[in-house]
Amino acid sequence: MQHGKYRFIVGFLVVPLAMYTIFVIWPFIQSIYYSFTDWTGLSPDFKMVGFGNYSRLLDDDTFWKSLQHSVLLALLLPVVVLGLALFFSFMLNVGGRRRKGAAIAGVQGSGFYKIVYFFPQVLSIAIVALLFQFAYNPNSGLINSALDGVGLGSVQPEWLGDPDLALWCVMAVLVWSQVGFFVVLFSAGMASIPKDFYEAALLDGASRVTTFFRITLPLLWDTVQSGWVYMGILALGAESFAVVQIITVGPGGPDGSTSVLTLLVYQKAFRDGQAGYATTIGVALLIVTLIFSAVVMRLGRRERLEF
Amino acid sequence: MKTTDTPPPPAGTVEARPVVKKLDTPSGKDRSGGVLNVFSHGVLVIWSVLVVLPLLWAVMTSFKDDKSILTTPWALPDRLHFENWSRAWTQAHMSDYFLNTILVVAGSLIGTLLLGSMAAYVLARFEFPGNRFIYFLFVGGMSFPVILALVPLFYVMNNLGLLNTIHGLILVYIAYSLPFTVFFLTSFFKTLPTSVAEAAIIDGASHTRTFFQVMLPMAKPGLISVGIFNFLGQWNQYLLPTVLNTDPDKKVLTQGLVQLASSQGYKGDWSGLFAGLVMAMLPVLGAYIIFQRQVVAGLTAGALK
Repeated sequence: MQHGKYRFIVGFLVVPLAMYTIFVIWPFIQSIYYSFTDWTGLSPDFKMVGFGNYSRLLDDDTFWKSLQHSVLLALLLPVVVLGLALFFSFMLNVGGRRRKGAAIAGVQGSGFYKIVYFFPQVLSIAIVALLFQFAYNPNSGLINSALDGVGLGSVQPEWLGDPDLALWCVMAVLVWSQVGFFVVLFSAGMASIPKDFYEAALLDGASRVTTFFRITLPLLWDTVQSGWVYMGILALGAESFAVVQIITVGPGGPDGSTSVLTLLVYQKAFRDGQAGYATTIGVALLIVTLIFSAVVMRLGRRERLEF
Repeated sequence: MKTTDTPPPPAGTVEARPVVKKLDTPSGKDRSGGVLNVFSHGVLVIWSVLVVLPLLWAVMTSFKDDKSILTTPWALPDRLHFENWSRAWTQAHMSDYFLNTILVVAGSLIGTLLLGSMAAYVLARFEFPGNRFIYFLFVGGMSFPVILALVPLFYVMNNLGLLNTIHGLILVYIAYSLPFTVFFLTSFFKTLPTSVAEAAIIDGASHTRTFFQVMLPMAKPGLISVGIFNFLGQWNQYLLPTVLNTDPDKKVLTQGLVQLASSQGYKGDWSGLFAGLVMAMLPVLGAYIIFQRQVVAGLTAGALK
């Protein structure tokens, strides 16, 4: 029996574990090793260069620019997305006019809103990016012709072609695609807050704003915090890569104005033949991601003690 | 490679004391009436429009001819140009991209659910040396940037002869789906009652048989949730195929479309491109509208790791 048990355990674990090790763990370990080499990726030969790539990183303007953009996205995107989502989901679940019998209610048609808001979430970020590439088109796009239509024909920004605007355009796409998910997530969280709390608040005559800040937000804080980390990692990771790579000219935007760390890793490795240096940038990205998560977890914890 | 984010407790876990004692407005009446309601409804409607309008615009544009797309982007089509759709389906290879995507996702989804549930079952139900280590090895994979591993992975795939192949892509999709799948299903298997499985063992069923005939059917709700999560993730995947699959004949939907946009754009076939875009959007949107509850449950159970 005991023998059979171990044979069973090994039999069930060996394939998943082997695949995971070969395709995920091993490349991951290798990439840290490669970050200390001058490997081009094109030839099998390379030599160790110690911290050469890392010191090159410190002098690389493109790296600093991309880092700055990535960090900006990781800091701002969660604020905007979670802020909007909290507002919408509060309206949808608590903010409605009180009807007889129910202590709290969402606005009318909240079910419909929740379905619609979630639409972008099921679409691939690549498809979303393409769609917005058309919408931002300065000559025939949705947005500029709408401006034209309402009499603002003189205001015709270049959007993605304007170095000052391009990154904000990228951010808007990510906001558009993510808000709905958090509306639904927060709605689920709000539904599990006991009705008594709201009833008591009502008896005390609390306004909706007070109710939100004194009851809903504190009780939802854990979900908000996880959402914060999730959103930040998303901003640093594959989603921002897809949007920047697909829609901005270059890619990387006019004058590198939308370049992000993930894009830089991709370009160095698969366009410029600098695989070793690319992994060094990847390690920097990993460090930024870890710092971001650690800081959010830490700040969040302090916040929770306040009530 | 440490897990940076701890799994969240279930949304809205209530352990806080009621905080309603000293709320500041004593008047008691419904202060939040009229004006605020109009305002909030207004804002909600505006966001709905912002979400729906680009999608409707894409559908409308896919039925227009190239000239009116460029000159009058907001105008309705003069007639329904269905030929855009047939041109995109055949000449622009949308049919091939669909087929490739279906093959890759079908293979990966089955593989992910099978291998993920096998590993999760063993990790959840059996004590053995190294159990915790293997569990954290899997779960740790959720928190690191995929792009970092992609550079060496490209060469691993190259050496194994898996680059630009459908089965290679399937293996990679499965491997990168395992961390979350194992994490989710391990906690799910822990919640299932042990008595049924024990009864099956006493009746002489092998562990393998018990797993496939007793545990797996019981785990169906969990498999559906994690299955939907993985389906959407794998169907919508862009980064992995972009790096690992550059053969034009093997392209999946997302990269095929992006490729079309950059090449067809010059040829000026905007209408065909929009038709392709809408073609790629409609199946998932349709499926979402039909299975709305399951999708939302699956994704929200899933995405916050």
